[in-house]
Amino acid sequence: MIKHDVVIVGSGLAGMRAALETCKGLDVAILTKVYPTRSHSGAAQGGIAASLGSTESDSWEEHMYDTVKGGDFLSDQDAVEEYVKAAPKVIYELEHLGCIFSRTPDGKIAQRHFGGHSKPRACFAADRTGHAILHALHEQILKEGKSVKIYSEWFMHSLITEGNKCKGVVVSDIQTGAVEVIQAKSVIFCTGGYGRVCKITSNAFASTADGVMAAFNAGIPLEDAEFVQFHPSGLYRQGILFSEAARSEGGYLVNGKGERFMEKYAPSRMELAPRDIVSRAEQSEIDEGRGIDGKDYIYLDLRHLGEKKINERLPQIRQLGLDFIGVDCVTDPLPIQPTAHYSMGGIPTNKFGQVIIDDQGTPMEGFFAAGECACVSVHGANRLGTNSLLEAVVFGQRAGKAAFEYTQKASFENINEGQEKARILETFEDIFQRDGTESYNVIRNEMKEVMTSHCGVYRSAKKLEHCIETLKKLQVRYKKGKVTDRGKLFNTELYEIIELGNMLKMAEIIATCALSREESRGGHHRTDFPKRDDDKFLKHTLVYPGKDGLDIKYKPVTLGKHKPVERTY
Amino acid sequence: MATFKIKRYNPEKQAEPYYEEFQYDIPAGSTVLDCMNEIKWQQDGSLTFRMSCRSAICGSCAVKVNGHATLACQKQAENMVKNDTIVLEPLGNMKPLKDLAVDFTPFWDKINKVTPYLQPRSAPPEKERRQSPAEFKMIDDTSTCIMCGSCYSDCNVLEVDDNFLGPAALAKAQRFVGDSRDSKTLERVKQLSEYGGIWDCTHCAECVERCPKPAEPFYRIKEIMAVALEKGVHDNVGARHAISFVNSVKHSGSLNENKLPVESMGFFNIKGLLELVPVGLRMLLKRKVPPILHKSIENVQDVRRIFRKLNQ
Ligand SMILES: Cc1cc2nc3c(=O)[nH]c(=O)nc-3n(C[C@H](O)[C@H](O)[C@H](O)COP(=O)(O)OP(=O)(O)OC[C@H]3O[C@@H](n4cnc5c(N)ncnc54)[C@H](O)[C@@H]3O)c2cc1C
Ligand code: SF4
Ligand code: SF4
Ligand code: FES
Repeated sequence: MIKHDVVIVGSGLAGMRAALETCKGLDVAILTKVYPTRSHSGAAQGGIAASLGSTESDSWEEHMYDTVKGGDFLSDQDAVEEYVKAAPKVIYELEHLGCIFSRTPDGKIAQRHFGGHSKPRACFAADRTGHAILHALHEQILKEGKSVKIYSEWFMHSLITEGNKCKGVVVSDIQTGAVEVIQAKSVIFCTGGYGRVCKITSNAFASTADGVMAAFNAGIPLEDAEFVQFHPSGLYRQGILFSEAARSEGGYLVNGKGERFMEKYAPSRMELAPRDIVSRAEQSEIDEGRGIDGKDYIYLDLRHLGEKKINERLPQIRQLGLDFIGVDCVTDPLPIQPTAHYSMGGIPTNKFGQVIIDDQGTPMEGFFAAGECACVSVHGANRLGTNSLLEAVVFGQRAGKAAFEYTQKASFENINEGQEKARILETFEDIFQRDGTESYNVIRNEMKEVMTSHCGVYRSAKKLEHCIETLKKLQVRYKKGKVTDRGKLFNTELYEIIELGNMLKMAEIIATCALSREESRGGHHRTDFPKRDDDKFLKHTLVYPGKDGLDIKYKPVTLGKHKPVERTY
Repeated sequence: MATFKIKRYNPEKQAEPYYEEFQYDIPAGSTVLDCMNEIKWQQDGSLTFRMSCRSAICGSCAVKVNGHATLACQKQAENMVKNDTIVLEPLGNMKPLKDLAVDFTPFWDKINKVTPYLQPRSAPPEKERRQSPAEFKMIDDTSTCIMCGSCYSDCNVLEVDDNFLGPAALAKAQRFVGDSRDSKTLERVKQLSEYGGIWDCTHCAECVERCPKPAEPFYRIKEIMAVALEKGVHDNVGARHAISFVNSVKHSGSLNENKLPVESMGFFNIKGLLELVPVGLRMLLKRKVPPILHKSIENVQDVRRIFRKLNQ
């Protein structure tokens, strides 16, 4: 059995930041299914928020209000306060570690406007902010090579718990197929989001819900799963993201009639209104026949910015347009549509990154989570752009610190290694035994299709019921699909099948929670309940694995000085 | 209908690699990676390769397309078809594990060798360390590297000399050599001037051709060379080689190619001269042009550039 004081699953911003916090004095392992620098954090383009006030005076109070309002008042305000207060410090810390940032003429970290923020608060490195931070953290991990062991291309299958205690994880080496148990005093999950459940998504192939499902399968509830953010500028058909930076630098959204339609929906913020509002505006234009040529896309127009500014500030966006659709945004507008982008929900944690297992705030000992897979909740019903890189770094650090302190006093717990391994080996064997004829690709595509069309920007009871029914049928079909690779070595098909299993369950959870929330708030919009309903739903959803199906409960929101008001921009 | 001719390898089943052909009708707008995925999902689930972001930022999906290292997710498939065929092979200079997936261990080991993290001058200030936009510009290109290994795969020197740090690690080194916040510039260029470092690059610029990002290692290598010469780090084969170029160009306006190898190794460095022989032979065996015996006129441009940098 492999042993480490701390095992961190996931090596995006959250995972590597947590590792830096725990490695001083402890034996730490990072386990990741893709090499650390290939984690999805690297795809973040636009920026990371902090009230540095580099160019305009700013304060944590303003950052806090924008975040709470952006989240449609579902954020836990005690957590938000600590999070925005910590922001400037963590940004300076990243800079000190060597992270590159674009600069102001006098050498400070440059900042720009971003949707939903009332001040220019987004620190950035051209249009590859996530990449810059990811690589800077990776450099530090290499520096700490002696105390951090990287298990690259290893897959985490399940969490080992007993009662209220977490004892380790069951994993396998993707390259060799070997199943192993890792015993640990603390486990930190930083497994990212699960946008891959949708057809149109900005997420990487690795964003597949393994972490949240491992927690759920261990009996831990998931919080606010119905809140999925749809980003307004996904490349038509592909979903690949054109960063919001395109709009913060002054890009226009234009419908089929050539109108800047945001005038109708958010006259004061226009294109820079929060994402949920812009995505709904786009979807409405499309649904009402004002897409380009009546089709399901609209235009992101950057032409008026000029080649110089585009090359300087948005080089990657120009390149993406050229590579993926052969459109040069200097001379032509880019076709876009809303794309599933960010999962507000996840594994419930307190503001220290400890996983909590009920509505009383009871922590699971030795289990921590941070980043997109966790729900603290600072983002509430809708996350503001640039707030999630910040979340990954702030709560990665905090979860690391909490785990560090816990681990000092904790000891290794007994694990029945044989039994734990056998369970995963059986899963493998079960998959290898399947002799169906239906391609898993068909099942996966049907799931994605129904999630985008029935559990997307606009939802209703009718749509969601159909969605859940479809998913349940797919779960049955999943049990006997067609398997072609039964080898041990680097069997990517096997892992894709396992991931699909996780996603089918996660999709059902999202749709079921969405059906129960009979109101519209932030990223969750019900056409049959178009208003926010604070009397009934100013509360977090907690979904548990029940005896037959899913058990849905709720817990109160921690309010603070900001009382819910109508959210207009 | 296009033919995807894919190099297959699965040591569990068969010791030797072989080519397999798949027929696939490329839908408009598909990237090479889209096609690879569809072939895997529709025709043969055992086809193995890496991928994640599909937006040219994670660096997972580099493979050889028609003989050259390429990011599969960044290229429109239609543009890569030659004679109705696209040939896919694993990256070079690394050991294949299965089909198109190779073992990146040596790649990362070399990154690790260039002290790939900031070594700042002083304890951190309360806020940020100031850096001007011009200083940022010095490390802007190098920091776009996504560690895809394309340059590493197609570098000619790596093919014959495992000790060469290779383009990606050297580009990573420039990330810190060029960083105004780093304090170890001299130590870094000294280390990078040793055997296996910047002076072992043959200036073939293949890595620039293959790099999917503005990182373009060869230009970064030249930037390090300029810093090395500026800092007076001459006492090694490569630098002497460059200086001998300088002298040659300065005196005659052209290169005395016959004199070069001798002068750059030092007239009395018999051991060094002998060391050149096996490299030359290995190059010849691999049908590569010997690095030092052949210097095209492009290299004169390099020298002139270094020349200009030195204001001589
Ligand atoms: C295209 C795009 C652009 C974005 N732009 C911005 C932006 O500008 N600003 C902003 O604030 N936010 C942005 N976001 C959101 C932000 O990037 C993410 O929320 C954040 O990076 C998540 O970081 P993370 O560390 O939680 O997870 P990730 O970086 O996604 O890392 C997840 C890790 O978990 C590992 N993992 C997952 N499952 C397993 C398993 N079963 N076994 C082993 N390892 C596993 C993966 O290998 C990976 O290392 C963007 C998101 C996208 C998709
Ligand atoms: S220019 Fe140098 S580093 Fe680049 S491929 Fe050629 S020999 Fe290798
Ligand atoms: S330098 Fe370019 S080709 Fe080489 S690893 Fe980096 S991005 Fe890839
Ligand atoms: S899949 Fe990430 S670079 Fe191609």
